[in-house]
Amino acid sequence: MAAHQFILNGQTVSVEAPEDLSLLWVLRDVLGVTGPKYGCGVGVCGACTSHLDGEAFRPCIHPVGGLSGREVVTIEGLGAQGLHPVQQAWVDEDVAQCGFCQPGQIMAAVALLKKNAQPTDADIDAAMSDNVCRCGTYVRIRAAIKRAALLLRSGAGGG
Amino acid sequence: MADTLEPDATVSEGLDRRRFLTWVMASPTLMIAARLGLDVPEAEAAEPPEGATTALSLYLAVQTDGRVVTTLPRTEMGQGITTAVAMLVAEELDTALDQVDVRSAGADARWAIQLTGLSSTMRFLTGPLRAAAAEARARLVTAAALRWRVLAHTLATSHGVVSAPDGRRAGYGELAEDAARVLLPAVSSQPRPVSRFKLVGQPTGRIDARDIVTGATRYALDLDIPEALPTVVARPPTLRGTVQFVDDASARTMPGVVAVVPLGTGVAVVARTFGQALAARAALRITWTPGPASALSDADIRTRLRDGIGPRPLPPLFTTRTIEGRFDFPYLAHATMETQSCLARVQAGQAEVWLGAQDPKYAQREVARALGWELTPWRVTVHTIRAGGGFGRRFFTEAAVEAALVSRAIGRPVKLMWSRDDDMRHGHFRPASHHRILAYLGPGGRVLGWHHRAAIPTVELPHGFGDALTALAGEVLPKVTSAVFFALSQKLPYGFGWVSQELRDVAIPIPTASFRSVFTSQVGVSNEVFVDELARELQVDPVALRRERLTSNRLKAVLDKVATEGQWGRSLPPGVAQGVAVLEEWDSAIAHLVEVDVTGGTPRVLRIVIAADVGLPINPKGIEAQLQGAAVDAMSTTLSAGVHIDAGAVREGSFADYRWMRMKHVPSDIQVHLVRSDDRVGGVGELGYPSAAAALTNAIARARGSMPTRFPILDEGV
Repeated sequence: MAAHQFILNGQTVSVEAPEDLSLLWVLRDVLGVTGPKYGCGVGVCGACTSHLDGEAFRPCIHPVGGLSGREVVTIEGLGAQGLHPVQQAWVDEDVAQCGFCQPGQIMAAVALLKKNAQPTDADIDAAMSDNVCRCGTYVRIRAAIKRAALLLRSGAGGG
Repeated sequence: MADTLEPDATVSEGLDRRRFLTWVMASPTLMIAARLGLDVPEAEAAEPPEGATTALSLYLAVQTDGRVVTTLPRTEMGQGITTAVAMLVAEELDTALDQVDVRSAGADARWAIQLTGLSSTMRFLTGPLRAAAAEARARLVTAAALRWRVLAHTLATSHGVVSAPDGRRAGYGELAEDAARVLLPAVSSQPRPVSRFKLVGQPTGRIDARDIVTGATRYALDLDIPEALPTVVARPPTLRGTVQFVDDASARTMPGVVAVVPLGTGVAVVARTFGQALAARAALRITWTPGPASALSDADIRTRLRDGIGPRPLPPLFTTRTIEGRFDFPYLAHATMETQSCLARVQAGQAEVWLGAQDPKYAQREVARALGWELTPWRVTVHTIRAGGGFGRRFFTEAAVEAALVSRAIGRPVKLMWSRDDDMRHGHFRPASHHRILAYLGPGGRVLGWHHRAAIPTVELPHGFGDALTALAGEVLPKVTSAVFFALSQKLPYGFGWVSQELRDVAIPIPTASFRSVFTSQVGVSNEVFVDELARELQVDPVALRRERLTSNRLKAVLDKVATEGQWGRSLPPGVAQGVAVLEEWDSAIAHLVEVDVTGGTPRVLRIVIAADVGLPINPKGIEAQLQGAAVDAMSTTLSAGVHIDAGAVREGSFADYRWMRMKHVPSDIQVHLVRSDDRVGGVGELGYPSAAAALTNAIARARGSMPTRFPILDEGV
């Protein structure tokens, strides 16, 4: 068992874990970071979506080995000072129902808006279709992404 | 929880002239309970049964910090009840929405109905909630009047504060202790008229939104129960298979593994992390005995269901022509985002379980039974946790039983999780079904009769259904079976002459459960699809046919609304068409208009227009969310998602092959229009599914020129 050091939500953390243990379980079971959810464990539902060096990724299929020195951000690290504009847009559009997939949806949306400040419907389809919402909140997710894009362009907070 | 019933309990006049009994509970601060038993339709004239005074609907407490804590025997699973409940309490109590907390009660025999389902929460609880909050307000005002020695009726309330004309003010928190000792309120404790509502009826964001978007919301496996160990269960390849032989030698030596525990349903692996538990599970070598359905595959099941339909009955007199429709529906997995999961701690002859349960008393009973405590079920404490989706799946609580057994075996708390493939392949499923609908036509195209026979594998209904249905039906029912529920729930809202709808229960050894809208998800859907077929046969417009034959004015109103808002009959390119359908159930009425494009082969939904009459819309924003979500359910299961059985095993194992709608499949335009015919509170959760599925099917039929008869439609020709 090796020690793995990486940056989690702005803090350096060091964990003892087998190389091949998925980051999702390191986060949830070792570090007690429960925002990323288990929805499938095989990278097809997006419930655990977080950021690795600023890009959306799936902790459930990413082994903790090889993370050394890299930067992981989960939903908990998103709005260090109050709500991130994407979170605010999610509240304003009243997106969530059961809420279980929403941390992953939000992290995917933040990554999209970082790359593309004015996504079209087709861009949203392409970026968000790997995240399942079983409650069917897609209409509001789309509206929230558009609202967040406006908020970000008007300079309300930063990503 | 104390439960002292005051002799002068207040009877409050609620909506629909229903009456609710409220009383003060013994407590240091003001605590008001409201009683179940009178808060059901058709029961207003009935005397409450013996002992009903201990049957609670809900209670609320005003704390010394001014917060109002409302405790309900219901579970939040995403349907938005906590927000709607907080709105009603804030409205009647004259306090701010963010001062109201809503909690789910643990399993307790004193809750007469502790079941979250049948779209019953707001229908059952609106009256008692309003009564309890109005009673609390009256007592707070009275306490202030006594303190200030003024006449109570001169006092006003607003934002959680009582104020006097001379400017004196006291917050509810400061008055909460005195208010608990008020013997009789000196002002009216009647709920206010609906016309004076300020908050209820306004589109309002969820009270839990901030916690959800920050990741702070805790589901069962997110709870911090010290030392609770991650646990998964190896399960058989076939449904309800059993363990013959286990070789756990290599699994036990894997990193992080704490224990391997054989169970009836499989073999549990306990480890330091879920990742290690899953890896060790994969290393178990198990010989399985195939389950009871191992001789059955989809084709066999379809044959059995078709055989269950039987010969045609004799047509009514003067029938000149009979048209027949046949429909096949698949098994469905509920596929909640949060898989089945439970925390359990069993020690010193007591058990505690934490889970999102739609029927906590059932969870308590099942865990007690598994531990051999049938006669002392109170040794099991059930903590009801917010659930990541329910849809009928969480009436069943296998994960709680497994977690309790493992915790007892290893003497430590565990958190047990079903993996996604466990959840897909070993759940309880919405049953498959086969339907034959016969429409009898007479001279001049008159519709003389409608005969629907549905062959459906027996739906397993949890015990709480009986209580809830008894209350809904206003009479005590015998054992609530599939047949009883079918007869109570399935109505045809058309003047089609001699109408009969029959259930043929078919025994198939695959576990079942109700699914959003229960039988209506098949019976109601196929009826509405066949109404369109009848319109084609009669060569009349399907909206015109419905307008003419519907027996409900509420349905006509919602149908007219979608026809107008959706521009029924507007000109569309070839391969694009509209479809409509309607449904009246759960004291609500709804119509859908769907536009679909079939030119690309795979049908693509372009637009959905919904009109719903749910009576008093407590939170229009929440209602819209439920109806939009149900439309996505309907699209998913009509077009692409279905469970397939191969030799007693479920083929689908994840969202990769259980093809639920994704962002790219769902139109950006799902409009919801509310039509309000009266102030009764109708159900919403299940309402939005059936007519969405039927309208989509009808649109596809009109676009293609042929009626789909097998679902999901993408299975056709497979």
